[in-house]
This record gives sequence, structure tokens and C-alpha cells, in this order.
Amino acid sequence: MSALLEVAGLDVHHGDLQALHGLELSVSAGETLAVIGANGAGKTTLLRAVAGSLPVSAGRVVLDGEPVEHLPAHQRVALGIALTPEGRRIFPSLDVEENLLVGAYRARRGPWDLASVYDLFPLVSDRRARSGAHLSGGEQQAVAIGRALMSNPRLLLLDEVSLGLAPVVVGEIYAALPRIVERGTTVLVVEQDLDQALGCADRVQCLLEGRTVLEGPAGSLSRDDVTAAYFGI
Amino acid sequence: MSAEAVEVRRGGRASWVALGALGVVVVLLAVVVPYQVSLGTLSNLVGLFVLVILGTTWNLMAGYAGMVSIGQQAFIGIGGYGVIHLSDAVGLPLLAAVGAAAVLSGLVAWATSFLVFRLAGGYFAIGTWVVAEVLKLVTGQVDALGGGSGLSLLAFRGTDRVTRVATVYWLGLALAVLVVLAAYLLMRSRTGLGLTALRDDPTAAAGLGVPVTRAKRVVYVGSSAAVGLAGALTALTTLRVTPESVFSVQFTAAMIFVVLIGGIGTIEGPILGAVVYFLLEDRLADLGAWYLVVLGLVAVVVVLVAPRGLWGLLTRVAPIEVFPLSHRVGPRGPVRDAGLPSRT
Amino acid sequence: MDWVGAVVQGILLGGQYALLACGLSLVFGVMRIVNLAHGVLAVAAAYVVLWLTVEVSLPLLLGVVVVVPLFAALGYALQRGLLNRALRQGELSPLLVSFGIGVVLTNLLQETFSADTRSIAIGDLGTAGVSVGPLTVGVFALVTCAAGVGVIAAVQLFLARTRTGRAMRATSDDPETAQLMGIDQRHLYGLATAIAVGTVALAGAFVGMSTQFSPTYGDLVLIFAFEAVIIGGLGSLWGTLWGGLVLGVAQTVGSQLDPAYGVLAGHVVFLLVLLVRPSGLMPRTVTA
Repeated sequence: MSALLEVAGLDVHHGDLQALHGLELSVSAGETLAVIGANGAGKTTLLRAVAGSLPVSAGRVVLDGEPVEHLPAHQRVALGIALTPEGRRIFPSLDVEENLLVGAYRARRGPWDLASVYDLFPLVSDRRARSGAHLSGGEQQAVAIGRALMSNPRLLLLDEVSLGLAPVVVGEIYAALPRIVERGTTVLVVEQDLDQALGCADRVQCLLEGRTVLEGPAGSLSRDDVTAAYFGI
Repeated sequence: MSAEAVEVRRGGRASWVALGALGVVVVLLAVVVPYQVSLGTLSNLVGLFVLVILGTTWNLMAGYAGMVSIGQQAFIGIGGYGVIHLSDAVGLPLLAAVGAAAVLSGLVAWATSFLVFRLAGGYFAIGTWVVAEVLKLVTGQVDALGGGSGLSLLAFRGTDRVTRVATVYWLGLALAVLVVLAAYLLMRSRTGLGLTALRDDPTAAAGLGVPVTRAKRVVYVGSSAAVGLAGALTALTTLRVTPESVFSVQFTAAMIFVVLIGGIGTIEGPILGAVVYFLLEDRLADLGAWYLVVLGLVAVVVVLVAPRGLWGLLTRVAPIEVFPLSHRVGPRGPVRDAGLPSRT
Repeated sequence: MDWVGAVVQGILLGGQYALLACGLSLVFGVMRIVNLAHGVLAVAAAYVVLWLTVEVSLPLLLGVVVVVPLFAALGYALQRGLLNRALRQGELSPLLVSFGIGVVLTNLLQETFSADTRSIAIGDLGTAGVSVGPLTVGVFALVTCAAGVGVIAAVQLFLARTRTGRAMRATSDDPETAQLMGIDQRHLYGLATAIAVGTVALAGAFVGMSTQFSPTYGDLVLIFAFEAVIIGGLGSLWGTLWGGLVLGVAQTVGSQLDPAYGVLAGHVVFLLVLLVRPSGLMPRTVTA
């Protein structure tokens, strides 16, 4: 299987602080990779650097053989990278359907449109006329994922899906993941919740202080290994 | 290096030298220049002092407190009309009239701040302009202020021209020095430090409890009172004010050019900018509107390419602060130890 | 002129102010900047129309049709060339850059067309009137007002219904996330300023046909446009239309009291609105 996303020697700085140190990462087409790690491990930084909303200091980000690290975020969308950002960031003055339509601003050809997103998340369909400012956390997360899908990405970056949500809601959203993957989208998910990460992913990569400390197929890793790597013990 | 070995310094020897040099210039302007140049030049130099006051105060607002006002001509007008009305109609001695005109400007600024502070950013800028326009239109309707034709200063009647020009010159120099010193002291005060913190990092400053609105109001009122002084000086030089002449937005345009060219956000920049603007205006006045076309282009280029202005370019070559506001942290004791921190 | 007539005149004048203010309101809503050259651009458009009709002998309507896209292109270039760059440096820079542009334009107009007042001749249209009950209303004033209402409605519809309009509202809410949707902020800002400068050019043409103007007339145009935006409340173009109407009526009713009080009455209404708005006037987003 060829790598859809190849990250090599990636350094990212927040001012004087270095958040990622020569990070290596690879996601094959059709695969689901979960990046896990504690707060401040550099997970969100990694996703933002791949999506183009953070500048990289060194290293490469390659999408299907094409280097993209020098491209602004909006051009990476056209190439097939979509990010659901931390905190969901729903546009508050747009209603739900308009939020989805903005997601399709630079849409590629593909299976995702309003109908298929509504089909995937009936919850979103019910709320289509509601203002983006008046959504529950779970509704926001579903809209954010739907909005990212509207661009028909090859690579979907999901940041902290479970953060601040009730377990039932988290379960519902993760239940939709296989249907996204089966339509040909490769998923890179960042998650603090180990159970969700191990449950949804083919492979897991654990970060600690901006470096990879453990990686392997989700099935082959014991919970103890992961916990040890997670906390850097 | 232990904590006690660290010392926080403001300024340094270069600062004292530079400040000394500026002091010498002021002394020369006070005691030598008046006896060396023509009366006309002396009168023109008052224009330089006015520019120093205008630049310094506009910079306090925009460079430190983040307030871009295009309505400072309101206080030129109040200062100009104020000094003439208070000395001629009310009968105050000239110096007292100048001071009272400044106080009046400050009071009007304080009162109108409650209106214009409701506007942010660019809308604040135009809001202050509307206030100035209102004052212009109202002044033109008041018969006691001469209506649309304005007022002429009578207080100098019977004074010979030499005494008059010399008096205004020395007054202008003294006021310019006072305003610059006051601006420096304000920026060293708690209010000033709070504003600098706010400019550099608004979130952190708010978190540290900097009383933002209060600090901004202090700067707005103080700056406007000083612009009132400049307005009084202008009236004492031209001897005549009309609504159109003193409430003209051109005064604020001059302030902006002085600050941008000299360097926004430093005390030194506007002084340098005032000198440059004064010389350019003198030399290029014949060019008419083309001169302002060039100035406008220069302003655009400065903002985009060299936002720290001439003073910023100068200090990149030679890092001096005549009015030290920044602090440096270094090891205590003789400088030669600097490279060899002791291990304890 | 009686009081009812003054109010009707004011409403018609207000349509012109709304047209002047539309772009100011849009640009502030989308990118939170105020273009201080807004008024001068209107006056510059009036001069270009004057030049096209007098020197090139174009028919008036054609002159207006040429000037609007020309100025829209100029607006796009200004935004992409100068203002986007200034925006990256913070809040004050775009304001100061637009101030500089305003000074340059004003004085270029002065050098090119002199400081004399001019006006664009419109022939019989200037004196034609229609009777509405006991009142006679100027046809030209009606046309201007209709143009104002029409442009505001069109821009509002554009924001509410089109892909680019939605992208503008999304960018107004959250520019960083909008980029993650594939929206090129620099281009979008260029389009917003193109609309703003294009509409203010149309407004400037109407100003040039209805009144005497000179290169410095842009100052007054900027102030009137700004007052219309603030009176109407930030954040909605319908509000700006309303603000323009209130300002127009205040000015004509003020003039009815005493010809010298017209402009002043508008300022006073503006200051009163500023005084009584309880929450102040902090920026909100453009709404559909």
C-alpha cells in the first residue's frame, strides 16, 4: 500500500518553544491512524501543521507524493486535506446547512454532499436550520465532521473528537467512522481517550513531548505498553 | 548565576550622552538662536515647537494607547479660540489664558471621551472627527466668537513686534520641552507601563489587571490638553482664528505624518519627525499639492515597510534611547564580568 | 418647503447616504477595518464620470457603467496590493495606510482638476419632478434613492444566498477556520473591497450629479457614510439603510429650521445615538 500522507523530519515551533522534534509519520490510503498522547504532546500541532494552519520550521509534509508544506491551508483543501479543528469552530452566524455548504467551498468530486452527510448524521439533518451559535457539543462535533467531509477529502484529520462530550455522544460519532472510511477517506485521528483510539484505528502512534515514543498496529499493542508510553514511564 | 547577581537597568551611558546632547540643543535654542536668526525665522520656529507637541501627543495615543484620532483639530480650535477669548474678552493675563485654554481642551476631551470611547478602532477615528466638525460648526454660529469670520487677538496691541515674537518663541520652546518631559514621565508611570504592556500583549495585560479604559482616558485627556497648548501657540503666532482655519483636519494630518515618519511608539521618533516635517514643509511648500501626494506615499511606504519610522532605522544602526523606557537585564557589577557568570 | 416635504426629501437623500455607506459597512463587517479613503474614492469616481462625459463625450449612463467596474477593480487591487499586507501587521496599520491613500488621492485630484467646485451636468433630469399628492418630488432624487435601496438589497442577497457571500460571512466569524474550508482570505478580502469601492463609485457618481463637489469633499462623504453605519447599528446592511434614512431626514429637517443647521443636525443625531446605545457599539459580524 502506498502512503497517502508522509511526514518526515517535521519541526514546528510555537515562538521559542519547539513543539515537534523531527517527527516521522506515515498513513497509508484507506488506513485509520490514531495519534495519541497526553496534553502538550504535540498532537494538535501535528494536525495543524499538516492542514497548513501552522508554519513548519523544517521537514516535509507529502500528500500522495506531492510536497505540500509550502502551500497555504486553503490550497491543501483543494488537494484533499480537511481538518475538523480542536474546539469544532462552527461558524456561529451561519446556520447548520450553511456551515456544511461553506465546507464545500472548494469541494473535490466525491461521495459527500448535503444528502449523504445528512444520511450519515441524522442528528445534523434535524438541526439543519438551526444557528451555528445554538448547538450542543455533540451537535457541533457532528456538524464539524460533516463540514469537513463536504470537501470530499482524501485525508480527514479529526482533532480531539471526544473532548468535552458525553460518552454516549462520543460513541455515536465514532460509530459513523467506519462509514466514512468505507467510502474511501483515509482518517488520521488525534485522541486522548485510549479506548476510542484503540477501538477505531488500524494503527496507533503515541507522542510524548513532540516525539514518537511508540507505534504499531492497534491490535498488537497491550494497554500497559500504551499507558507506559503515554505517560513516558 | 545567583538571583542577587542580576540587575535591571534602564538606559545606560549612551542614553546620558544623547540626553545631554538634546539638552545642549534646547539651551542653544533658548539662549543663542533667538539672537542669531531673523524675526521671521524665529516666528517660523514656533511652528516646529507646535509640531513637536502635536507629534508627541498623537504618538502617546496611537503608539502607546492604540487610539487613532483624526479629530485632534478640535483641541487646536479650543486652544486657539480659548486663548484669544480668555485674554481679550475675559481679560486673563496671556500666560493664564494659555493655561486655561489647555485646561478647557482637557475638559472637553474628558466629556467627549464618554461618547467616542464607545467606538473601536477605525470608527473611533472618525467619531473623533465628527466631534471636531460639530465644534467647528457650533463655533461658526456663536456671535461672541465672531461667527464664521472668527476672532483676532488684541492682547498684543501696543507690544512691539520683537517682544511679541520673542515671547511666543520662548513660550513655545518651554511648552514643547514640558510636553515631551510630561509624556516621558507618563510613560514611566504605572499608567504608562500598563499601556505598554497592553500594546505588547493585550490578553496578558488584561489578566494582570491593567485598568484599560482608565489609562486610555488619562492619555486622551492629557494629550488633548497639550494639543490645546499647541492651538494657543498657533493663535498667538497667526494672531487670528477662524472656524475653518483652526478646526482643520490638516492639523491632524500633520500629526500623523510627523509620527509615522519619525517613528511610532517611541518618545524620540515624533521629535525627529517634527524636525524632518518642518524642514520638508519649508523646502517643498512650492510644490503645492504634489508635496502632499509625496507625503501620503511616504506614509504608506513607512507603515508597510519600515513601521518604526526614521528613528527605528536609526536605532537599528546605533541602539540608543534618549528617553529610556525599556529595561535590560544583566549581571550586577562591572560590565567586564558579563561574559563570565559565576557559578555558585 | 414644509415639514412633510422636508421629511420626504430627507428619506430620498438618505437613500444616497445608504449607498455611500454600504461599502464601509460591508468591509468593516468582513475584515474589521475602516477604509479612510472611502470618501475620496467616491469623489474620485465623480471626477472620472465628469471627465468621461465632458472630455471623452461618453453618454452619462455609459460613463457610470464604465466607472463602477473600473473602481471595483481598483478596490480589488488596493486590497491585494496594500491593505492585505497592512492587515498582517495589526489593527492600526490598515487605518494608517488608508489614510495615506486618501491624502494621495485627494491631492492628485487637486493637481489634476484644481480645487474648484464642479458638478456633473444631468440636463432636464435635474429639474424634473413628479407630483405625489400635494408634494412634488424630484425624479433624480427618486432614482438615487432607488439605486441605494437596490444596491443594499443586492449586496444583502449576495451575502445571504451565494457561495462567495457565505464564505465572506464565515471569514467574518472566524478567518482561520474559514481557510481550513479552502477559502483564500486574501482573495475574499479583495472581493469585499471591490464591492465596497464599486458601490461607493456609483454613490460618488450620484453625489457628483446632485451637488457641487471638490477634491476635499470626500471628507464629508466619509463622515456621512460613517454616521449612517453607526446610526443603523453595526453588523447589518439593512441597518445601514435605516441609518442613512435617519441621517438624511435629520439633515433636511435641520435645514428646515435654519439652513446652517442641516449638517449639524445630522451630527447631533449621530452623537445622541452614540450616547443612548446602552451596550456601546462593538463590532458584530455581518448577518444574512
